[in-house]
Amino acid sequence: MLLQQLVNGLTLGSTYALIALGYTMVYGIVQLINFAHGEIYMVGAFVGLFLVTAWNVNLGLAMLGAMAVCMMLGMTVERVAYRPLRGKSSRLSPLISALGASIFLSTLMALLAGVNTRRYPAIVDLSSYSLGPVQVSSMQVIILLVSAFLMIGLHMLVRRTRIGKAMRACSQDLEAAALMGINVNRVISYTFAIGSALAAAGGVMVGIYYNAVWPYMGTMAGLKAFAAAVMGGIGSIPGAMLGGITLGVLEIMGVAYISSSFKDAIAFGILILVLILRPQGILGQKISKKV
Amino acid sequence: MEQWITEIIDPYYLRILILMGINIIMVLGLNITTGVTGQLSMGHAGFMSLGAYTSAILTLELGIPFWLTLLAGAAVAAVFGFIIGLPALRLEGDYLAMVTIGFAEIVRVFFLNFEPGGKAVGLSGIPQQTTFSLVLLLTIVVIFFTQRLLSSRIGKAMYSIRENEIAAEACGINTTHLKVLSFVLGAFLGGLGGALYAHYMYYINPQDFDFMRSIEMLNMVVLGGLGSIPGAIVGAAILTVLPEMLRIVAEYRLLFYGALLVILMIFRPNGLLGDIRLYDLLKGKRKEEVKACQS
Repeated sequence: MLLQQLVNGLTLGSTYALIALGYTMVYGIVQLINFAHGEIYMVGAFVGLFLVTAWNVNLGLAMLGAMAVCMMLGMTVERVAYRPLRGKSSRLSPLISALGASIFLSTLMALLAGVNTRRYPAIVDLSSYSLGPVQVSSMQVIILLVSAFLMIGLHMLVRRTRIGKAMRACSQDLEAAALMGINVNRVISYTFAIGSALAAAGGVMVGIYYNAVWPYMGTMAGLKAFAAAVMGGIGSIPGAMLGGITLGVLEIMGVAYISSSFKDAIAFGILILVLILRPQGILGQKISKKV
Repeated sequence: MEQWITEIIDPYYLRILILMGINIIMVLGLNITTGVTGQLSMGHAGFMSLGAYTSAILTLELGIPFWLTLLAGAAVAAVFGFIIGLPALRLEGDYLAMVTIGFAEIVRVFFLNFEPGGKAVGLSGIPQQTTFSLVLLLTIVVIFFTQRLLSSRIGKAMYSIRENEIAAEACGINTTHLKVLSFVLGAFLGGLGGALYAHYMYYINPQDFDFMRSIEMLNMVVLGGLGSIPGAIVGAAILTVLPEMLRIVAEYRLLFYGALLVILMIFRPNGLLGDIRLYDLLKGKRKEEVKACQS
């Protein structure tokens, strides 16, 4: 029972982690809570659904297609809603702009696709395997493997490539990075693209796993993922992974052993407790205030 | 007076005016927390919800006089404002924002499972005791008190926390007290607004007070201009009327609403009336340099 819940929790947690990575990467560089990120995850789920139903593609292609579309979308949102505000205003106005973009995207999708919940056709063999006492469905295996693959890929990208180095430089000091000849706008644009692609992959997989896609699915998922990013220490990539998985596992455990109707309250309750005990998040660095 | 007003004002406009007044009261509260003291709160709907449910349950179950339930609703919200204000002492900026979001979500889920609150169905049959004259009176009283507060020593100390917390502390300002106080005051007004709302709408349900509602109030504060009373009033007025005006575009309403928020922020990043005090408007003065809020 405990092991079974652990597997379910890991599955849920790795999807949270995929979305949380987008929040934390953007936050690390421009200190902005990108509230439109949850909607990008939702759009990803819809693009995947469209590809599967209209063109009959398989899961891999649907995910790649959704990732590509969401990369463009993420970069467009950044270009239209955030770049004009950068550097010339308080921290709150980009936040409101982000919320505006989020409302815009979810309403647009509700107009295009209708507000009803859609279902993915059966493109994945939904059989489950018994590993001792634990039942693992093939979709859970896919989610765990793909998330692990994407996270390792992201880690390599950030640690080993030129653009990753530029991203790390920008997150340390945007101005100094610009002075060193880094094209800051392009790095920010790429950051949005990468984060959006991860969210899109998460969207497609969650859409299949829970067999439900609807235009407002991004709000709660976005909030939870943001909670995960904050819990892990916002701005820290390993923190987002750890935060996502911790939140997912604890949420599933809470549902299993406490009450399912308090599902969302449990997730946020855990978050508040973690933040009270460790204000900078699990892996966040304590930044001492300077005068 | 009420009779006279309902005769000359169209019921539809009257409804918008009453909701506008309620919004102004709540937004003036959020303005103290977020606009003046700079503690980003994204869960104001949680306080509104507590105020609404407390007052509605007291009215329906115990038949307590209306004005007492208003005070009780506001007081319960203020107590929770105090509780939420405490983590604010250790957290800042976006971490605090997350705690307030989490708080509002917990309140929402709690009322979704709360038997006396009718669970997901909500509470209905709340007597409509909120009248236009009452809302008008309370709005004026709240504007007057916040104005007095912000021009007092306490108000100025709150502004200084927003501008630079360390400098404020170095000047001998008790930042701990004031940050919690700003949450308590904000929550009190949020609860008051919620109680008025419950007694105007006949019917409340936990989904009335979701994340979008918190965001709506934050939009009003930021759009009007952080830390400014006229700003909060203008922001609340515009964003109450705007969705009504956008009814002509029917289902595209929220699409326009979202796009307008983005456009307004691009052209007026500090809000329409950022940091303009009531006093400046009365004296015909206008601050040239509008300082931006740091958090």
